Amino acid sequence: MKHTLAMLVVNQPGVMTRIAGLYSRRGYNIESIAVGQTEDPKISRITLVVETENEAELEQITKQLYKLIDVIKINDITKDDAVERELALIKVSATSANRAQILQIVEIFRAKIIDVSLDALIIEVTGTQDKVEAMIALIKPFGLKELVRTGKIAMVRSAVQS
Amino acid sequence: MKITGAEALLESLRREGVDVIFGYPGGAVIPVYDMIYQKDFPHILTRHEQGAVHAAAGYARSTGKPGVCLATSGPGATNLVTGLATAYMDSVPVIAFTGQVSTTMLGRDSFQEADITGITMPITKHNYLVKKVSDLPRIIKEAFHIATTGRPGPVLIDLPKDVSVGHLNYSYPKTVNLPGYKPNYEGNAKQIKAASAALAAANRPLIYAGGGVISSGAEQELLRLAEKTQIPVTTTLMGLTAFPSNHPLFLGMLGMHGTAAANYAVTNCDLLLAIGARFDDRVTGDINAFAPHAQIIHLDIDPAEIGKNVRVDIPIVGDIKNIISALLPQLSPGRYEEWLETVERWKKQYPLAYQPQEGTIMPQAVIEELCALTKGDAIICTEVGQHQMWTAQYYQFTRPRSLITSGGLGTMGFGFPAAIGAQVGNPDRLVIDLAGDGSIQMNIQELATIASYQLPVKIIILNNGYLGMVRQWQELFFEKRYSQVALTNPDFTKLAEAYGIKAYTAEKPEELRELLQAVLEHQGPALLNCLVHPEVNVLPMVPPNGPIDQMLGVGET
Ligand SMILES: Cc1ncc(C[n+]2csc(CCOP(=O)(O)OP(=O)(O)O)c2C)c(N)n1
Ligand SMILES: [Mg+2]
Repeated sequence: MKHTLAMLVVNQPGVMTRIAGLYSRRGYNIESIAVGQTEDPKISRITLVVETENEAELEQITKQLYKLIDVIKINDITKDDAVERELALIKVSATSANRAQILQIVEIFRAKIIDVSLDALIIEVTGTQDKVEAMIALIKPFGLKELVRTGKIAMVRSAVQS
Repeated sequence: MKITGAEALLESLRREGVDVIFGYPGGAVIPVYDMIYQKDFPHILTRHEQGAVHAAAGYARSTGKPGVCLATSGPGATNLVTGLATAYMDSVPVIAFTGQVSTTMLGRDSFQEADITGITMPITKHNYLVKKVSDLPRIIKEAFHIATTGRPGPVLIDLPKDVSVGHLNYSYPKTVNLPGYKPNYEGNAKQIKAASAALAAANRPLIYAGGGVISSGAEQELLRLAEKTQIPVTTTLMGLTAFPSNHPLFLGMLGMHGTAAANYAVTNCDLLLAIGARFDDRVTGDINAFAPHAQIIHLDIDPAEIGKNVRVDIPIVGDIKNIISALLPQLSPGRYEEWLETVERWKKQYPLAYQPQEGTIMPQAVIEELCALTKGDAIICTEVGQHQMWTAQYYQFTRPRSLITSGGLGTMGFGFPAAIGAQVGNPDRLVIDLAGDGSIQMNIQELATIASYQLPVKIIILNNGYLGMVRQWQELFFEKRYSQVALTNPDFTKLAEAYGIKAYTAEKPEELRELLQAVLEHQGPALLNCLVHPEVNVLPMVPPNGPIDQMLGVGET
């Protein structure tokens, strides 16, 4: 099953290598990894999407990650009430004949065209992974030339005060 | 006052209580060596960097204090790799300093540049590339803290040349600030209670102790636990010396070359109390048949060990010494008489044994003889192979930290340099490297080290003319196709003599005792080349991945 792990790590050179290295060494797979500074520049936030076979495997990899000196906190937010976003850039072939159709899809997904040339468009789409994947699936038939995705980032919602 | 990075390094080592560095110089560490010269800092020059790192580990394993080694950049640093991996697998606190090209030259494939922090990431507990000289005191402080606390392990610090020659305002931090590193030392009280209840309910409990007991310094607590409850004890290879070998409750080592009594006890126990042990495959054999009737209690400082290889019923994470101390008052004296009788019967029925053969020295006899002569009191270092297993089986250890052996990585060439470190750390003790004829040649160059420092290390080679352990597998599982295991050896006596080391060769059983005695009593370094029977197997043996109660070399139950 897919799990989303939100990690806080010390912002040190090499911390990503340590995490990625640990995964490959222990034979686990990373689906996506996104990293960036937090409100505290000494600390970075890593959002990791991993595929694990069972709970025991997830527990083991979490413990192994904790053994890294630079890892401060790991939260499995898969089941939490969290907002999740991913951004993708999609370069698609576009002729005068199908351009309108593509634009329609872009509109429906509330995506953006950020570059236009004679035979191609670059689309920027933001949303949950499902949304990004649906968009990609619809664009594909037009001729997908290039695709980049950031990987998922996520944040747990604050509890509503009563 | 401003001092250089090199001086700050030595000053920090001094404050950490380091009394010796094992090392080997080169271009990138000349500034550090210059400071060693100026400060007259104690340093042992090995003849290979692998010798230096194993020596640092031997020092650490035998004293319990961290060992320090130093190597130059590039090839010097890469020569440390085997030693770091060896230390990592056995959780040994080693601090390795490596030279590095200047920060301005990094990443350009400069002369003698190797990405040693990248290379050693998976085989160190942590590592550092120092980019600013002002960071150096903090990094050294952290390195010692990380290496020696929690589950110990090696830490490497890579020192670019401009860092060692750069200047800083020196002050050594008193504390560390590591938000991601907070080992847990106190066992959870509820879990400890659950463990004591489980022990009270058990009928056939067994203690399975590993190297963690020694790392924690919990040998006395283990002894009290066993004696109070009258629970029999087996240990792993790394756990040997954590419990007196001649104690009536001791069953010997378990696992692939464990005793029949220990392995039967594991298979038949209804409660397994694992203490600082990690269920390694050489211990468990077929994991599904391991302790099949037992509830498992697992005490370990490292949470990641819990549930890694086997399911655990009652995990307790913390320092072994603390946990046993908290557990002890909750336990009542044992009432496991019937179980103890069964275990005792196995011990009597299936003792370790071998067939002496007329006219040749049996390798096991060398160890028995050595044990008798030293009264089990020596520090025994081993290489890897059959001789290592015979040492584990036949030497009766009486003192903790007296077996220095590469358990996890199984590194040939470890024992001899480790003996150098152990001797430096224990100048008044008898230190012996029990070697194979293959292994000793992996770091044979260190003969020069013991000769030049007149370190009274004794080397005893069980010379069977083979890479014996591999030969044994080929005999048993590959129809005696002896591929690349027969050794054409040098004359070890002459070789040692070339270094100015006293040496003897023992060929006949009747001369063994006398020559062993001569070597042990010699004031300086000495070597005994024992020509032993070439084709003896280590028994019992659990075939790889088999259930551990089915052993070759053990009669029917
Ligand atoms: C560095 C290294 N290379 C290879 C091995 C594989 N190996 C394990 S035991 C062994 C034979 C060791 O021979 P020797 O030192 O003569 O000991 P013996 O088994 O004969 O007592 C070998 C080659 C190893 N453990 N370490
Ligand atoms: Mg041999």
